[in-house]
Amino acid sequence: MSIALRFRLQRDEFLLNVDTVIPETGVTAIFGPSGSGKTTLLRTIAGLEYAEDGYLKVGDIIWQDDRTFLPTHHRKVGYVFQEPSLFDHLNVQANINYGVRRIKDESSKHVLQQTTKLLDIEQLLKRMPWQLSGGEQQRVAIARALAASPSMLLLDEPLAALGDEQKAAILPYLESVYKTLNIPVLYVSHSRDEVARLADHLLLLESGEIKACGPTSELFAALDLPLAHQANAETIITTSVLGYDKDYGLATLVFSGGQFSVVSGPLPLGSRVRLQVLARDVSITLEQQTNTSILNIIPVTIGQMVKQNNAQITVRLMADDTALLSKISCKSAYDLNLKEGDKVYAQVKTAAILI
Amino acid sequence: MILSEQDLTALFVTLKLASVSTLVLLIIGTPLAWWLSKSQWRFKYVIEAIIALPLILPPTVLGFYLLISLGPNGPIGGLVSMLGGAPLAFTFTGLVIGSVFYSMPFVVQPLQNAFASIGNRPLEVAATLRASPIDRFFTIVVPMAKPGFITAGVLGFAHTLGEFGVVLMIGGNIPGSTQVASIAIYDHVEALEYGQAHWLSGSLLLFSFLLLIFVYGANRRYTVAKP
Repeated sequence: MSIALRFRLQRDEFLLNVDTVIPETGVTAIFGPSGSGKTTLLRTIAGLEYAEDGYLKVGDIIWQDDRTFLPTHHRKVGYVFQEPSLFDHLNVQANINYGVRRIKDESSKHVLQQTTKLLDIEQLLKRMPWQLSGGEQQRVAIARALAASPSMLLLDEPLAALGDEQKAAILPYLESVYKTLNIPVLYVSHSRDEVARLADHLLLLESGEIKACGPTSELFAALDLPLAHQANAETIITTSVLGYDKDYGLATLVFSGGQFSVVSGPLPLGSRVRLQVLARDVSITLEQQTNTSILNIIPVTIGQMVKQNNAQITVRLMADDTALLSKISCKSAYDLNLKEGDKVYAQVKTAAILI
Repeated sequence: MILSEQDLTALFVTLKLASVSTLVLLIIGTPLAWWLSKSQWRFKYVIEAIIALPLILPPTVLGFYLLISLGPNGPIGGLVSMLGGAPLAFTFTGLVIGSVFYSMPFVVQPLQNAFASIGNRPLEVAATLRASPIDRFFTIVVPMAKPGFITAGVLGFAHTLGEFGVVLMIGGNIPGSTQVASIAIYDHVEALEYGQAHWLSGSLLLFSFLLLIFVYGANRRYTVAKP
């Protein structure tokens, strides 16, 4: 069920002007600075804003075109707002049931138990909204949106109003939601960390225009986009678990260009693991080092190189078809005489890799 | 019997008038207040000013114009008699129409404030949870605006209880039909029947006081439960 959309909507700060297709599975992050039209785009998809001459097709169903404008309550979306926005006059259970009671399709009603379990709110059901912490409220809001068995989940910076601790506590719940439910998720965010951790696809928005869209790993490693040039530039690599050494607490993760050893807790064999490797943690050697503490040494070919300033250069390394960014000093690049097409070795400390 | 039969009838007419007027006011006032709280129309303030007029207008002025328009040659009275209805001036129905105009701001303003303070967000949330506009109004707006409804209902009721000028102008003080308590008290005082005036006034005072105790108590309970 892919989502085809075309909107033009004038706002004070920007002209939202988008025409794209959003993939049917996985998490698509709408990413950009504040005031770039992210929320407006999400609201237009939900039917909370009206874009004249807009077009929106979800699966086979037209939600908006010249003749059609499906009102919000006829769109099967789950929407989570920036603030939890629970109904103050209803307890948690009744808040969640609000959507469930309005589902026409009886077979979707079983989702309820699954979501209360997934978001771990079973013990909160009898409480009133004002008796919950901000993080709990947002978890209930997510459960409420999911319990109405949407065919698409829209999240408008659901973590933005929370403190760091609450954010860290709620992220695992979001991850399990994405893994469990097989519906497209649109996630508005201006946090690079959240996007790196959660998003499969990325839609970069700037002043209402789409600057780029594609798989997150590709866009993060594309040297012609600003993402790869920020201080905390990183590569996202999807791997699967090949083995786990419990004596050393090391997991072996394999991807198309080689394998990584990573410090971690036990991981089930064959499961998918997403790695984040910071560009500044990747070094380059001309020959394969031996007698080194570094476990991850991967043969790579040098791709594009872009100078950040006089001191630093970002190098895009290709391990087969997987890109790996490395940020090194210009002096090293000059001393090693690095140029495009050279066969070199990338080195990453095990402890530098984030799962 | 401390209160004479005529006094009891006047009290009964007063309560009936206040109840019927409040009911009519809530039925008319709710959609009107909702529209006022949501509309972006640029001349909305004109409507708001018209609704607020009875707050400052002498009741006799309002009563005078109502008498003219309800009479057989007035626009409302003329229309009614054209449709074959009985004239409205000096009838209970006429009193209800007068009271509705007179007490309108006391019902519309609390409702409008209550609706405005809910904001759009809860309604948007409800829409994404598949609730239609009517459904949203009854399951979100009404319960969330409950203190506003209580205040509006009681103020409308209490204000109609205390009505004098309008009722006198268009009701004509007919015992058993349009004589209300406030006018009966005036008659007693004019006839120097202070004892009866005392009892009737005391009954109204006590009743109004209890009514207000109920409103403030109810609203206090509501806010205390929501820190």
